[in-house]
Amino acid sequence: MAEAPHHVTASPAPGSADQPVIEVHDLRMRYGSTDVLKGVTFRAERGEVLALLGPNGAGKTTTIEILEGFRMRSAGQVNVLGSDPAHGDERWRARLGVVLQSWRDHGKWRVAELLEHFGRYYRPYSTAEISRPRGTAELLDIVGLAEHANKQVRTLSGGQRRRLDVAIGIVGRPELLFLDEPTAGFDPEARRDFHDLVHRLADLEDTTVLLTTHDLDEAEKLADRILILAGGRIVADGSADQLSRQVSRKTEIRWTRGGQRFVHSADDGTAFVRELFAQYGEEIGDLEVRRATLEDVYMAMVHRHESGVAGDDEPGFGGENR
Amino acid sequence: MNTMLFALRLGLLRGWAEFRQTLTILSELGSYLLNSVIFVAVLLFMDGNEMENTALFGTGITQATLAMPGVLATMLVFGGIVSMAQLLSTDREDGTLLRAKALPRGTQGYLVGKVVSVSLITLLSMLVILVPAVLLIDGFQFTVQGSLTLLWVTALGLLATLPAGAILGSLFTNPRAIVGVLVLLLMGLMMVSGIFFPISMLPEWLHWVAQVFPIYWLGLGMRSGLLPDTAVVEEIGESWRTLETVGVLGAWALVGLLLAPIVLRRMARRESGSSLEERRHKAMQRIG
Repeated sequence: MAEAPHHVTASPAPGSADQPVIEVHDLRMRYGSTDVLKGVTFRAERGEVLALLGPNGAGKTTTIEILEGFRMRSAGQVNVLGSDPAHGDERWRARLGVVLQSWRDHGKWRVAELLEHFGRYYRPYSTAEISRPRGTAELLDIVGLAEHANKQVRTLSGGQRRRLDVAIGIVGRPELLFLDEPTAGFDPEARRDFHDLVHRLADLEDTTVLLTTHDLDEAEKLADRILILAGGRIVADGSADQLSRQVSRKTEIRWTRGGQRFVHSADDGTAFVRELFAQYGEEIGDLEVRRATLEDVYMAMVHRHESGVAGDDEPGFGGENR
Repeated sequence: MNTMLFALRLGLLRGWAEFRQTLTILSELGSYLLNSVIFVAVLLFMDGNEMENTALFGTGITQATLAMPGVLATMLVFGGIVSMAQLLSTDREDGTLLRAKALPRGTQGYLVGKVVSVSLITLLSMLVILVPAVLLIDGFQFTVQGSLTLLWVTALGLLATLPAGAILGSLFTNPRAIVGVLVLLLMGLMMVSGIFFPISMLPEWLHWVAQVFPIYWLGLGMRSGLLPDTAVVEEIGESWRTLETVGVLGAWALVGLLLAPIVLRRMARRESGSSLEERRHKAMQRIG
């Protein structure tokens, strides 16, 4: 079947201006009598990479599924690319990318054949600015599956399947990409390739990315902004650096002098180190200057909320640093 | 451009691709055609057995001649209801449907694709019986009108069964349970629907049970297309009852086509990553 390119005449896409790509206000979700989300508020600007962290069961997946339009919320305002996901139409859907955790679906399809087929769904939604879909050869190249193009999906290794999941997620050249634990099961090399890909999407194509992960190191490397979800609320929202300042303003400095190890905690690390060198110069060895890591921040924030110190009705740290 | 029409076209492509995959994967093809091959063997085994104690004794119509159209009907119902239900529920379990849902017009494309691929496989499974049967078994009568009858009965049969299969596949989440229950039910219906022996040999109350379901009417319709008119004597009312056949199959089709979109929409709406994850855990527990 030959396909003439045809376009749904697109009125200027809502949300494409300077409006935030994601705007969530007081989002609530209740399952039976359990409140999973108790008022989640955050926003994402165009081209931003956001990492959503939180303990298991905190509601990360629920939040993402609501934004994807796969789950109805109990209350609150949600706006994704200018539409309410609960009523998002097909044109809205065409602007989203969803990377799903695959299991064994489409096992009989060949890799290139599947990408080609899925790409066709996006063809009517191609616009002057964004040509959809992305070509199969380009996709295979981006995710490093070129040599497996003619393999049946079921013969791929776990890591290769994950790459295919990512390729399917970006086949429609999405303006907003959702990644739910994208690198689970990746080896270190695949992980690094994946990080490069996310940077590339965000920097070159202005794609907004929302990802969940348990890997704090990954969140720190990838995300412009980190959200920590605990106790049904966003308890922290900011860059890794901003968050570490929230938890502790102190910097830890370690060094050796004359065969002895020293540790000192200072409010102004830079000044302390300058002082240190002024006093001892060449004698200083093995210098380490370390601000609170994201792990420290995460542990502190989550612990604070799980132990109830922050109280149930306190708004938490969300938004304080903007 | 109407994106709905576009989705329809994608569905046709998808269905054709799925059908081709089934053809090229031997184990897959084998599992679909195994039933057909068994039925052909059974028919050949029955060939030459006269219809003793019936009005058809000595007419040249043997047990195999009489049973073959009914076997075609059975294959159609197996394909349209059991395969459809099984595949739909398997596709929900393994995430195929969720993946389709993430695409614009993806759910529609998926469903059209499923209807196309299941129809093609069902037709193939019928051909695998029809071709050797007409070559090896005597007593059929081939006319243009009869062939047309086979075609419309098959088409109407698919319309009557596919929506029912889709509804069952959406209502039940465990594909293995669906197959078990439906196969048993279908076997029972086969016994009372005059597939392997004339329905006139059964008590009348069973006639009423059989006449509620499409398999009896499909068998009747197929017989009317393949058997000489002399064979009509063992049918209810000694008539092919074409109008009634259209009526009952049409009613199944109509009700199915009205209900299926509602049930399917409800099912598709509930698909999400976490519901998939739950089913994956359950399935893993069953396997492990």
